[in-house]
Amino acid sequence: MDFAFSEEQEMLRRSTRDFLAKECSPKVVRKLMEGSGYDAAMWKKIADLGWTALGIPEEYGGAGTFLDLVVVLEEAGRALLPGPFFATMGLAVPAILEAGTEAQKKEALGAIAQGSARATLAFTEPSGRWDAGSVSLKATRAGGGWKLEGVKLFVPDAGVADYTVVVARTRGDGRPRSEDEDGITLFLVKGRPAGMTVNPLETLDMTRRWGEIRFDDVQLGDDAVMGAPNKAWPHLKRALEQSTAALCAEMVGGVQKVLETSTDYAKTRQQFGKPIGIYQAVSHKLADMLVLSESGRSATYYAAWAVDADAPDRSLASSMAKAYVSDAYRKVAGDGIQVHGGIGFTWEHDMHLYFKRAKSSEVTLGDATYHRELVAQALDL
Amino acid sequence: MDFDLSPDEKAFRDQVRAWLKANAPRDGDGDGDMETFIERRRAWQKKLSEAGYVGITWPEEYGGRGGNFMNQLIFNDEMILAQAPEPINVIGLGMGGPVVIAHGTEEQKKRYLPPLLSAEEIWCQGFSEPNAGSDLSGLQTRAEDRGDHYIVNGQKVWTTLAHVAKWCMLLARERKEPNPRDGLTYLLVDMESPGVEVRPLVQITGDAEFNEIFFKDVKVPKSQILGEACKGWAVAMTTLLHERGTLGLALATRAQITAAELAEHARKLGRGADPLVRQKIAQHTIEARALQLNGYRAVTAVKRSGIPGPEGSILKLMWSELNQRMTETAVDIAGPSGQVSDGDGWKYQFLRSRANTIEAGTSEVLRNILAERVLGLPRSR
Ligand SMILES: Cc1cc2nc3c(=O)[nH]c(=O)nc-3n(C[C@H](O)[C@H](O)[C@H](O)COP(=O)(O)OP(=O)(O)OC[C@H]3O[C@@H](n4cnc5c(N)ncnc54)[C@H](O)[C@@H]3O)c2cc1C
Repeated sequence: MDFAFSEEQEMLRRSTRDFLAKECSPKVVRKLMEGSGYDAAMWKKIADLGWTALGIPEEYGGAGTFLDLVVVLEEAGRALLPGPFFATMGLAVPAILEAGTEAQKKEALGAIAQGSARATLAFTEPSGRWDAGSVSLKATRAGGGWKLEGVKLFVPDAGVADYTVVVARTRGDGRPRSEDEDGITLFLVKGRPAGMTVNPLETLDMTRRWGEIRFDDVQLGDDAVMGAPNKAWPHLKRALEQSTAALCAEMVGGVQKVLETSTDYAKTRQQFGKPIGIYQAVSHKLADMLVLSESGRSATYYAAWAVDADAPDRSLASSMAKAYVSDAYRKVAGDGIQVHGGIGFTWEHDMHLYFKRAKSSEVTLGDATYHRELVAQALDL
Repeated sequence: MDFDLSPDEKAFRDQVRAWLKANAPRDGDGDGDMETFIERRRAWQKKLSEAGYVGITWPEEYGGRGGNFMNQLIFNDEMILAQAPEPINVIGLGMGGPVVIAHGTEEQKKRYLPPLLSAEEIWCQGFSEPNAGSDLSGLQTRAEDRGDHYIVNGQKVWTTLAHVAKWCMLLARERKEPNPRDGLTYLLVDMESPGVEVRPLVQITGDAEFNEIFFKDVKVPKSQILGEACKGWAVAMTTLLHERGTLGLALATRAQITAAELAEHARKLGRGADPLVRQKIAQHTIEARALQLNGYRAVTAVKRSGIPGPEGSILKLMWSELNQRMTETAVDIAGPSGQVSDGDGWKYQFLRSRANTIEAGTSEVLRNILAERVLGLPRSR
């Protein structure tokens, strides 16, 4: 057993951090946040660095492992990298890998690896839930292919996605849970076919754009179906486990950054003639943030490994990580504001960007309560 | 990163598993009185040691197994699965042995380690005094140099296992120095020496697990100095690093056992359908797992650097607070009957766990350590 990244992966981490410090400074994050949220020039740079090929098998044009991607995602989360990097690499790629046909993988993964396409996963609907039973967007047989009718909501970076993996119900609407898992079909939608409209949502976390996607009689060919109709859930579930580990990696990067920023501030800010870090009300808060950060990291790295190695506990491990890290990020980001006092509450200070990212990540792919329930099920409670 | 076991490690795991299955006692902590409890645990350790399962990482020439940390980890994990009790000599195994290995002479290693492993000789730790708790350097027990021996006078308190111990790791003041950490000498005191008096102290559980020790003109040969005279602070710090680091790993194991027992307890009581109970127990289980994974990461770090770092304090801090929450949940879900009968030992554990945040460094002191030594915040004292 070896519970650490390799020397090469640590090198990748350092170069990623250096790159993001230069190219994705807080100033850049704010510019993107106030603009469209996406910068094609930056995307080209990260593709040139090979980030968009990570975790994609070589046969589809990829290079590098999922754990390499985890390293980069952690740094991306630390820098609050805006844009569809997580949506593409963390959400869409695992789904395409798990469920896509050979032709779909060749085309979409190839384009993503090259840097010429961005992608996302359209799962949630107005209920905001992440279980199979929540999927009600209807796809029916029509015109030699399929017709999609319904709404997807809270879809990360829907506005800039060239490929959208759409989770649809093709059977078993409104039946009990176990049957709800049967009747789920995935579609790989390219571009914006007629009847598909994307509306940006005004979101709390402006560094990560969510969109609403409406499907009004969208006609798709049979070649859009990913794998066997009605039978997508087991594949999608595995993909979601991988997505969850990926998101947790991004989150622990943010946790670590808040901890470091707050610790530095506690060393330099003076009150009552002393650095505030000398007061235990402050230093013990930071010690607790350290515990949350380290534990979240352990849970996340393990989940990433378990998913990658296809360990028997991959599902449990990813739920454990997401439950822990969701709570940890929210708590640490909130305490980070507190340690900074008034300056931490200003728009100008970066603390709120992390606080907001913590919140949006918390509800993405299921919040802590949801994942704790999955853990309880695994415990046979 | 790799959590898979090598063929050798797998073979070791299978061997341990089979052995524990055949040999682990199945009695609970709360059964019987203190004396039978101690004798049972002593016999259990003897059995373990005959099979080579204590001192797993200790050198073979002193009765250890000569194994590595992986063997220790595998053994710990198998103890979880078997829900096996701890050996009696916790202080000797967790601190006494490692500190003798680190600072002892060849003769000392040969003399002390084998009977410690077999539980023939039980160890206790005489650090705390009535006026020296968190601030250990304030201790007043004196060691007077009489040529070839010392004469020890003073009092220790809260000394776990002193009533059954053969050896006491005693920290005493030999010289008064401007820095109170200088001038301390670390002695191994034979508890059967004339002038040693042990008085049991009754704890909130009603048991007398710890004691006061009075030393009146106790003669200690100089061959029983550990490390150098007047340089005892460094030896004491090694002791505490092991207490919180090595022991921390054992605690991570313990947390897994407790979490599993708690889930079983909830199932037995039929409380598993209550969503709040499900959430709580899932959360405890997740934290126990995060704690264990932190331990794994610490082991990888130790493998690379050689010594347990202050991060060991994270393990102890997390475990103690988690253990309090777990035992509280156990008593809570049993309702009033949880406060009456104690067939399953939870009532005892609930009370006993209140000491967890005090013994081996209070949670406040551990947070100070994390804040100051890991985060580098200014010292509060
Ligand atoms: C069950 C049990 C077993 C024990 N076994 C042993 C043993 O075998 N050998 C041994 O030597 N000792 C043993 N101890 C003693 C233990 O190590 C001490 O109790 C502990 O170090 C605290 O010291 P104290 O009790 O004097 O409390 P104090 O140090 O007086 O602390 C009182 C309170 O003040 C807080 N406090 C103190 N200093 C600070 C600070 N700088 N910053 C913030 N808060 C502070 C503490 O956290 C605590 O809440 C045992 C204790 C218990 C409860």
